[in-house]
Amino acid sequence: MTEKLETDLRIARPDDFYEALIETHRGLSDEESRQLNARLILILANQVGDMDILTDALRLARGDAEPDS
Amino acid sequence: MAEVSVQQSYTYPKYPFRRPKALDDGAVERLPLVIVGGGVVGLSAALEFAGLGVETVVLDDDDTVSRGSRSICVSKRTLEIFDRSGVADRMVDKGVVWQRGRVYRGEREIYNFDLLPEEGHKMPAFINLQQYYVEEYLIDRITELGKTELRWRNAVTGIEILDAGGALLTVETPEGEYRIQADHVIAADGVRGAIRRAMGLAFTGRTFEERFLITDIRMTADFPMERRFWFEPSFHGGQSALLHRQPDSIFRVDLQLGPDADPVEEAKPERVIPRIRRMIGGELDFTLEWISVYTFTCRRIERFRHGPVFFVGDAAHVVSPFGARGGNGGIQDIDNLVWKLALVLKGEASDALLDSYDAERVPAADENILNSSRSTDFMTPKNQVSADFRQAVLSLSEQVPFARALVNSGRLSLPHHYAATPLTTLDRDHFEGRGPAPGSPAPDAPVAIDGESGWLLKQLGRRFVALCFAGGAGDGAGVATLTKELGRLHPFVESFVVVPDEAVNDKDGLVDTTGLAFERWGAAAGTVYLVRPDQHVAARWKSPPTIDEMRSALARSIGARTGSEGMAA
Ligand SMILES: Cc1cc2nc3c(=O)[nH]c(=O)nc-3n(C[C@H](O)[C@H](O)[C@H](O)COP(=O)(O)OP(=O)(O)OC[C@H]3O[C@@H](n4cnc5c(N)ncnc54)[C@H](O)[C@@H]3O)c2cc1C
Repeated sequence: MTEKLETDLRIARPDDFYEALIETHRGLSDEESRQLNARLILILANQVGDMDILTDALRLARGDAEPDS
Repeated sequence: MAEVSVQQSYTYPKYPFRRPKALDDGAVERLPLVIVGGGVVGLSAALEFAGLGVETVVLDDDDTVSRGSRSICVSKRTLEIFDRSGVADRMVDKGVVWQRGRVYRGEREIYNFDLLPEEGHKMPAFINLQQYYVEEYLIDRITELGKTELRWRNAVTGIEILDAGGALLTVETPEGEYRIQADHVIAADGVRGAIRRAMGLAFTGRTFEERFLITDIRMTADFPMERRFWFEPSFHGGQSALLHRQPDSIFRVDLQLGPDADPVEEAKPERVIPRIRRMIGGELDFTLEWISVYTFTCRRIERFRHGPVFFVGDAAHVVSPFGARGGNGGIQDIDNLVWKLALVLKGEASDALLDSYDAERVPAADENILNSSRSTDFMTPKNQVSADFRQAVLSLSEQVPFARALVNSGRLSLPHHYAATPLTTLDRDHFEGRGPAPGSPAPDAPVAIDGESGWLLKQLGRRFVALCFAGGAGDGAGVATLTKELGRLHPFVESFVVVPDEAVNDKDGLVDTTGLAFERWGAAAGTVYLVRPDQHVAARWKSPPTIDEMRSALARSIGARTGSEGMAA
């Protein structure tokens, strides 16, 4: 199976995750939140590892990719 | 809350005040059980008690049903509970049956969901039925059953817990005050809770600052039976909006107003009409029924049992309405409490069983509070970063499935699965994640009974049932013998054998005509479930349990100490 960007849900408990995400930012200034998000992206990108998948993710986030391409 | 009644198409019944005897003889009235509050939850309690043959007295400070724009979404589980009392069919007939929800961003649909995509359940996922109808039908059924004394305009103003057991209630009526000494009290007196306040119990949690306009409008519109929710619609300045159909051509409209909205101004028809107009467009005629401006809280008291007093419904816990967990959650409190109290009142279980009400329903309330809080949070981002993430989720949700799971317009009420509570017996066998685990609500399935089509769930409830799955014709006999022995063990255990369709000759069995019963229960020949009176699973075995295993599970589920914890006694 070739690795590709997963667009189906993989997070086991999405509401738990979303709450934790928002909660992580609690009490931070907008600037601090931006920094946190940047660090978070780098951490998750390293976890993903695969450059092809990362490239697809970058395109999707930028809004100029078809989700299944 | 600001509230304006514009025009009511519903005629509110007026129930008569009858002068209580205690006003004349001046004595303290003695009662085994009193339900304080005749709202949807208190009435559900009276009805369930009546079904179990227990007489109750309900005290309510009003003389009619729920006023204003309140509950509309009645869940499948609530209907299943009401079906035990023969009142669900009337609600389903009158109600608007729905299972689809659509979520929009702006004017574009981002996704839709189906709450009950499979066949083979007697009850629909949801109906919409105004709270006043639900209460009216409950009162009618209670009156028919003749086990309940409904005392209208009897307001409880004080409570004293007695050292000797029970509680002393002070009751105010239009013709004077009297007192009741009750062995058990069910406090179903709603969010303002006179009993909770008299007992000085803290009601803690979160208050959301956001204001919401909740209105019911009447219009003739060919609008599908579905829930529609908009994030950032252009017709409402980017705040969220909800449209949901009810019977009698009434529609519920929820509009988010922001935290700074003036509740009194916003409840004025001249403010509301243009908002609705922008939402539904220029063509349709509509009239306003009720207008309310609410803020919401998610709170509960710490413990739901305080000696002889049991807190249920909004008196114990309150949630925001997104997810329809308030009334539906309260009715599950009743489902959990009433059979326990009935057993204790009849001397068939000890007082210890009643503590499990607290152990089982507090986590259930927390689940409802968690879900309602998250939905409300998603709708009302509190800071820039949560607004950013919501924006990101919404924009991705049009493209990729995973983001849809993060969109939260309300997580609709589902029955709580009781975890490893003191009443449940842990699995001896592996069910590989199939079938209802101990503590879970029993799933429905079509079955044939004596050649007639019926429903599995209808065979369960009100007493303990041993449900035995048999392999083929005649195969049920062995299991049946075991469970008949059980029936002799305890007067309140009954047994049924479920047989596969091929075994239609088995006259004693429930025939699994579609195979769904075996499938949903993860059953094979020899599987046995012990199901509680509230239709939750107490214990289960892949191969028939010994009589001692069964006896021990039963003892556990009525709160008796088994001595050897789950082992053969
Ligand atoms: C806008 C809105 C939408 C909602 N939508 C839904 C929904 O779709 N689905 C859902 O399940 N829930 C919904 N809810 C929640 C639902 O309305 C409540 O959870 C439900 O009414 C709780 O029932 P209850 O019987 O506990 O309390 P209540 O309905 O408040 O009843 C309390 C009763 O006690 C009586 N009483 C009060 N004080 C005393 C006293 N001192 N002595 C005697 N009697 C007293 C009152 O007169 C009343 O009859 C909604 C709520 C709101 C506000």
